Amino acid sequence: MVERRPLLDLLSHGILLIGVAIVAFPVYLTFVASTHTASEIVQAPMPLLPGDQLFHNYAAALTGSEKGQGSGAPVGRMMWVSLVTALGISLGKIAISLLSAFAIVYFRFPFKQLVFWAIFVTLMLPVEVRIFPTYQVISDLHMLNSYAGLTVPLIASATATFLFRQFFLTVPDELVEAARVDGAGPMRFFKDVLVPLSATSIAALFVIQFIYGWNQYLWPLLVTTNESMYPVVIGIKRMIAGGDAVQAWNLVMATAILAMLPPALVVVLMQKWFVKGLVDTEK
Amino acid sequence: MAIEKRVVFRSAWLPWLLIGPQAVVIGVFFFWPAAQAILQSVQQQDAFGTSTEWVGLANFERIFSDASYLASFKTTAIFSVLVAVGGIAVALVLAIFADRVIRGALAYKTLLIWPYAVAPAVAGVLWLFMFAPSIGVVAYALRKAGIPWNHLLNSNDAMTLIVLAAIWKQISYNFLFFLAGLSSIPKSLIEAAAIDGARPWRRFWTIVFPLLSPTTFFLLVINIVYAFFDTFGIIDASTEGGPGKDTAILVYKVYYDGFKALDLGGSAAQSVVLMAIVVTLTVIQFRFVEKKVNY
Repeated sequence: MVERRPLLDLLSHGILLIGVAIVAFPVYLTFVASTHTASEIVQAPMPLLPGDQLFHNYAAALTGSEKGQGSGAPVGRMMWVSLVTALGISLGKIAISLLSAFAIVYFRFPFKQLVFWAIFVTLMLPVEVRIFPTYQVISDLHMLNSYAGLTVPLIASATATFLFRQFFLTVPDELVEAARVDGAGPMRFFKDVLVPLSATSIAALFVIQFIYGWNQYLWPLLVTTNESMYPVVIGIKRMIAGGDAVQAWNLVMATAILAMLPPALVVVLMQKWFVKGLVDTEK
Repeated sequence: MAIEKRVVFRSAWLPWLLIGPQAVVIGVFFFWPAAQAILQSVQQQDAFGTSTEWVGLANFERIFSDASYLASFKTTAIFSVLVAVGGIAVALVLAIFADRVIRGALAYKTLLIWPYAVAPAVAGVLWLFMFAPSIGVVAYALRKAGIPWNHLLNSNDAMTLIVLAAIWKQISYNFLFFLAGLSSIPKSLIEAAAIDGARPWRRFWTIVFPLLSPTTFFLLVINIVYAFFDTFGIIDASTEGGPGKDTAILVYKVYYDGFKALDLGGSAAQSVVLMAIVVTLTVIQFRFVEKKVNY
């Protein structure tokens, strides 16, 4: 603090509280809506305090026991699909990136520059700009409605490779020399020295990629046509069958809360790594 | 930092084996589709995929003479400018005050960063729910206040809705980067200015804001990229590009024309245009961010 300014302090807290309130309001409202019956919500204005349908609504959403207008697939299953997809994307990306960054940094081989640039180019184009051809590849490989179809195409990006490359370049050469003197081969060095040293980078990247994987929308929208393979984010969209009047809004909102919970928990509980991951991946 | 390691391992086959998985994945799911997009953009295919015809640049001529495509450019421009400027301004204000407070700083930070974890599509549903003309709480409040609201009919309302949702989701990201930028400004500079009699407002405009300009510029590019590509979920879940095509940004149109209208050539040509835009934005980002704007 540079100087004492009680009024400015008060203003600071005031503005921050307003900010927090605005950020939290949509979610609060969603939560409130998820604790009422559908008919209570559609009477404008809807109640602004939580109701007593909490357990009923969440149970109904998770098991899909109440068919709404749109899709009535059980959200429990969707959450599982989302979890597998998010873990597949984050762990898969970390695994292939660790290996390729290791090759790029610790080996000399012909066409290394070319390989490096080929990976670099993938940084530039998000899946959104090449959706149709990518979709055709997946459909030709018969990977529609499968976990492989949901995850593998999204692993094809180089952010993680670059992050690990940057990190490996800061690892002192003495460690390699010491490992070689002790008779360790490259894979031994990789497994026993490099990967343990990268633990924080791996954790940071995991948080970012988990959220990225969990929140995917456009891609799963295209490659899943079967209700049993919907990730939860798609499930919500399919529940809103169209129009805004006759919806089981209470169940939609319960699903929205469920869909937000895992990634939000990851962010809040792994805050330190989350911030590191965010700052590192954008460098 | 060295670009090359002084000490390396020697093996003729191991590096290829290590790079193999990534090479296969990006080859099959990145280079092949990207090449296909470029190829399809100069072809014309019927909706059943039975015949393909070479048409040169006709697809590009067609999309650029299509009024709805040009309108989509304008929509995208308005949308991304509003999202980028709005998101950056709100986040900057919050970051500056969060940097000032001592008591509760961590709590504020935690409470402000979690929207990053909300999926764009879920954010779209949340805001749709608040603004739905018949049942939304905010729509109801607006009506009581004498402001008519119907994003299903009024395109300005629809644009406002998706801009608000997109900003809401991006505040946490901008906030974190501003906070990091603020903490790297030396306290001694601020103190020296305070001793010279500069008040907080003046200190902000003459010291803090200029020193934040690299962060601001970086965020500007990132936010525009975000508005271009990552907001698909928000739009599809809330307005579905409507009313009419008034909130159909470029990415939405690629999706719609390719998968709903089955105009493969047109969709591919749009993909190629989008690729060109992303590459341009990336180059701008690398050139300017590396140079550290303004100091």
